[in-house]
Amino acid sequence: MSTTTVKASRLDFRSRGFDFVSFAFTSLTGLATLFILGVLAIIIANVVWHGWSTFSWRFLTGSADQDMFDVNKAGVLPMVIGTALRVLVMTVFVVPVGVITAVYLTEYAQSTALTTRIIRGAVNNLAGVPSIVFGLFGLGFFISFIGRGIDGGAPEPHWGKPAILWASLTLSVMTLPLVIVATEESLRAITPGLREASLALGATKLETIIKIVVPEALPGILTGGILAVGRAGGEVAPILFTGAAYYMRDLPHSLTDQFMDLGYHVFILSTQSPDIEKTRPILFATVLALLLLTLSLNLVAVIVRARVRKKMRAGH
Amino acid sequence: MAAISSSQVTLNTVKPTVGAGEPLITSEQVNLYYGTSHALKGISVTLGERHVTAFIGPSGCGKSTFLRCFNRMNDLIDSVRITGSIKIGGQDIYSKDVDVIELRKRIGMVFQKSNPFPKSIYENIAYGLKLHGMKAKSDLDSTVEQSLRGAALWEEVKDRLHTSAMGLSGGQQQRLCIARAIAIKPEILLMDEPASALDPIATAKIEELILELKKDFTIVIVTHNMQQAARISDYTAFFYLGELVEFDTTAKIFTNPSKRQTEDYVTGRFG
Repeated sequence: MSTTTVKASRLDFRSRGFDFVSFAFTSLTGLATLFILGVLAIIIANVVWHGWSTFSWRFLTGSADQDMFDVNKAGVLPMVIGTALRVLVMTVFVVPVGVITAVYLTEYAQSTALTTRIIRGAVNNLAGVPSIVFGLFGLGFFISFIGRGIDGGAPEPHWGKPAILWASLTLSVMTLPLVIVATEESLRAITPGLREASLALGATKLETIIKIVVPEALPGILTGGILAVGRAGGEVAPILFTGAAYYMRDLPHSLTDQFMDLGYHVFILSTQSPDIEKTRPILFATVLALLLLTLSLNLVAVIVRARVRKKMRAGH
Repeated sequence: MAAISSSQVTLNTVKPTVGAGEPLITSEQVNLYYGTSHALKGISVTLGERHVTAFIGPSGCGKSTFLRCFNRMNDLIDSVRITGSIKIGGQDIYSKDVDVIELRKRIGMVFQKSNPFPKSIYENIAYGLKLHGMKAKSDLDSTVEQSLRGAALWEEVKDRLHTSAMGLSGGQQQRLCIARAIAIKPEILLMDEPASALDPIATAKIEELILELKKDFTIVIVTHNMQQAARISDYTAFFYLGELVEFDTTAKIFTNPSKRQTEDYVTGRFG
């Protein structure tokens, strides 16, 4: 009898009471998540609430009017096209350059070497530069230096003026760190065994990188692309001096044309309107168009990534 | 290869023994350093053609490092420095005019952790073939089948060649890696603990396969499993602390070794 009681007291599984610390921490993580979701919900609800009445098919596909502050005439098609174009052109530049840089840093450079650490530091610093500085850099470097350089002192500048090309290049410099870091992370996550297996079969380093390493890192590369698109979609400062136009009668025909932009248009509507109250519905509807555009560009990238992942699992 | 200074010659030199086969791999006074740490100390050994040679010894004794010298996988590590000479088929593989790509084509390797490419079973084997210029689909098809048969995997996977290799079991993956290695028809097959992560049944299959492969290939296998070494190898080399303590026929090493250290290790008294 006495032995059983001793045993029972040694193996005691009864609860010691309420674990307040665990409860508090769990609640805290939940609350933090809720807060973020709440802020996002408020922003989206606000935009939809105020913009919905103006947001229509006519608004989305209508051309911009000289009188851009008139609710009945305003259309955003040129801005939608301009914004989509500058984001796509940026992607074309930033993904290859970012991937090649990341491949150099992870596959070729000695990770402890001073130059490698300097390059890494420079990439991280690039991510911290304010976007207006990129805008000024784009104006100074791409337009004045490269553009004017190509023009070679022609009286009528063809290259040396704000254009989609220069705005996109400026944005790609800005988003380069996102692609580099995302690609580097996915390259480093690849087991060294895969590289060894390829090299041991007599593949060169280049063949190994092109046929084994980069395909394996493709989902990570696409994640970098998604981040870059998301970041660049709503940016105004970098394109302010490098390509965005206040008003254009026609749609852009070539990469050397200027363009109208959704983000810049929001800025115009909120600062240049003679009657803020009247313009507000257009403003919110434009923001809504911008949100939808960024969302659908991201969606395309997410779908592509999902398909790549599925294909990789299937083994082709 | 740098000339060997007398200070690097260790006292523990083992007389190279050559068996019935022609000598294929000859190493002379191989020293290897990882930075300042001296990982291989004056290894001299001669391995015969179409023999299975087992490298045994406790962890960190240098056996895997030595194995990786034969296909120059150690080149991938920046801090590695090697002195001495390794000749394969009479040619110094560390001499300047050696193309390491050509070398690795002729010397296949199977790793401890099975590492199939995240591609289909077919593509895993076709990868090496395509690298080396095989293009015709009929050639690829027949070589893939041949290699899978050679690795005793064909019957298990013939109906799902185009599904992912990642869906195979651990033992099947390792046999796929062997099939991939033999597909490009190397002379020598290096195996770095190929069965250490497998269950006894899968291990038995790999061992059976090695005995079969021995007819066509010269095999060097690193293993921690003494019974495995005894079962499959013709010759055994015992390494300890970066030195080659003893190299002889497997029968001799396991029944009547001439060094005390070897005896202690194979009987399980240390290590």
